[in-house]
Amino acid sequence: MNVRPGRSFKLLIVDDSNIMRRRIERSQQFEGLELVGTAGNGVEALELFRQTDPDVVTMDLTMPRMDGIECIAKLVALKPAVRILVISALADKATAVEAMEKGANGFLNKPFTDRQLNEAIAELMR
Amino acid sequence: MLYEQELKTFVEGTTNFFEVAAQQPATIGSPYLMEGPPSVHEYTGVINISGKREGVVYFTAPKAMLTVLLMKMQENDFSHETMRDLVGEVANTISGNARRDFGRDFVISVPSVLTGERPQMPQKPGLRSFIIPINWRSHSAKLVVSLT
Repeated sequence: MNVRPGRSFKLLIVDDSNIMRRRIERSQQFEGLELVGTAGNGVEALELFRQTDPDVVTMDLTMPRMDGIECIAKLVALKPAVRILVISALADKATAVEAMEKGANGFLNKPFTDRQLNEAIAELMR
Repeated sequence: MLYEQELKTFVEGTTNFFEVAAQQPATIGSPYLMEGPPSVHEYTGVINISGKREGVVYFTAPKAMLTVLLMKMQENDFSHETMRDLVGEVANTISGNARRDFGRDFVISVPSVLTGERPQMPQKPGLRSFIIPINWRSHSAKLVVSLT
């Protein structure tokens, strides 16, 4: 994978599914990528974001308390340079466009293979 | 009357999950129709549908199948919560496919999960159900489509 050499990235994983969080955790094995936290909804994500200041976020969309679209807008307002990869089962174009308009940088559909996930994260770190 | 293309969307949403997440495709058995809701397995992921059509679509699977599926996904937590999570993710994929293919004609709920073999299914009385057997390895689950 081609990632920006010499740079370290902090990663926050946001997904209400324990399985998906662990799956993403297992797959993120890049040099220079450090997991700083995992959150199960948008409210937890915001709190962790303020505490850990991540550079890269993987974001589910359908979550309780605060959904991913609202959370993306809030994260981007806090840190415009944050890179956000949406990972969602919502496969329609309108949802992807809405997420991008709020500030997401990439979109990966669930279910996904490890290779698809690794490529999407690597793309974000370029 | 359900159209073939609508059924195909729900079936593909289900089989796609096995093919991608477990890297091993599922096959479908012969679909059949029945009056009222069929029996369900231990874990059931449900999506409610309204708009152009009304009713429910659910994926119901036995614990043994979900356990093997989790193993194939390299998961090592086989707790009740993880099983619920998994069946919810399958329902989530079915829901996502339906949103993509049907657009705004269908209003599709966030999936919910029911457990146990006698849960209260949110099915409209008098509606017939299409049952599509989903076979994977030595296990069999059901995709149930019950729409007006």
